[in-house]
Amino acid sequence: MDNKTSRLWTVKLIFLLVMTAIMVIGGLQLYTHRHYKMPIVIGPGVTKVAQLSEFSEGLKGTMADTDVFFLEGKEEGGKVFIMANTHANEPSALLASLIFIENAVVEKGTLIIIPQFNNSASRNTRPGDGYPLYFEIPTEWGAKKFRMGNRDASPLDQWPDPDVYIHYPDKQLLSFIDVRNTNRTWPGRANGPLMERVTHGAMQIMREESVDMAVDIHGAETMFPVTNCIVAPDKSVRIATMTSLTVKAREGFESHVESSPSGFRGLSHREIGDYSETMPFLLEAPIPFLDQPTGPKTAKLLLDGKDPFLLSLSKKGKLFVSYDETGWSMEKRVGQHCSVVLELMRQFSRRLPEKKIEVRNVPRYAEVVKNGVGYYFHDPKKADKDKVVLN
Amino acid sequence: MPLIMIIYYVISAFIAGMLVWNFIREKKNVNDMLLYLLVLIPLVLRILRVK
Repeated sequence: MDNKTSRLWTVKLIFLLVMTAIMVIGGLQLYTHRHYKMPIVIGPGVTKVAQLSEFSEGLKGTMADTDVFFLEGKEEGGKVFIMANTHANEPSALLASLIFIENAVVEKGTLIIIPQFNNSASRNTRPGDGYPLYFEIPTEWGAKKFRMGNRDASPLDQWPDPDVYIHYPDKQLLSFIDVRNTNRTWPGRANGPLMERVTHGAMQIMREESVDMAVDIHGAETMFPVTNCIVAPDKSVRIATMTSLTVKAREGFESHVESSPSGFRGLSHREIGDYSETMPFLLEAPIPFLDQPTGPKTAKLLLDGKDPFLLSLSKKGKLFVSYDETGWSMEKRVGQHCSVVLELMRQFSRRLPEKKIEVRNVPRYAEVVKNGVGYYFHDPKKADKDKVVLN
Repeated sequence: MPLIMIIYYVISAFIAGMLVWNFIREKKNVNDMLLYLLVLIPLVLRILRVK
């Protein structure tokens, strides 16, 4: 081998080593994120933990399969189905659902809770957009770590995307990316794309369990008009309106009612109502992190919601919610979700006393804001092993 | 895993193989060598089911 050839192979080897190092360092972080298991301490109200694949067989063995927590009361009553992390980059939903799972005691009726509705999306992220891979909630026993997910399922689990997503069964043409968005694939089908099998599983739960109310918890940008609200179709609007008025009067926060559009298909608040007896509600709380004109997308911004650019836009009247130096903290968002869910159940029980739902030990808005979200999470190290679910 | 997804992995592996082959064969242009390796990264991460 002459000198020139030897030099060429040295350069190639250096390049190869550098690229391998980049690939291993970057790849390991993404791999660890995808396989990170978050402990959930089963609270006193949980009577059964099932898998969504028990209701939609096509999910078995896939990353889209997810835990379903049943909290059955001592007495029969109404049934409420709570879905969180339909969009896994809106984590106030997940935190609110975990408060219910770890603390709620059901006296009458049944709660069915899926904390990671789009489990695949919770294992997907946007490092290219500067999303943090994780965020932590401080608790009395240390920080509880959560995966920061993405809006859509991971392409590792569902691929390729079509040029246009043709919604089933209405055949409406939707954006290609929405084939991986579990708030566009309702009501789903047993043998459709993976995300349609997820929503199909949820529809099966609602049909088999005769669920009365379904609550899909989200977060939305402060610059998006459908934020800080309850979205409801005609069949749910009365309960939604009473809830909105009550939380405003009693607890002092806004959560107005938006009507579910009948011409826009695939959304939970549309299809659940149209394809089952269940009354759907979709909750939105403002999440400044998702707004486009913000500073860096840090875990701090995700938690405190404070951003100077949004503050400036707020002064110019460009936001759809009130916004000041205090930002829009995670505590406020989670507290709103807890209160609105509890109030929906109270209003439902008032309207149909024979299907009363009675849940205690879940904090309302003021308590969550005062104590912080972490106050309601239990130390998995101190809990019995059979009381911890790794999600 | 659906058939179409398996086909995508086969296509990814084929393109990755072509890139490695071109990287090995490249004798002069350092920019091209780097380019082959850069393009290779997402394909390898997909084949290994990392991202």
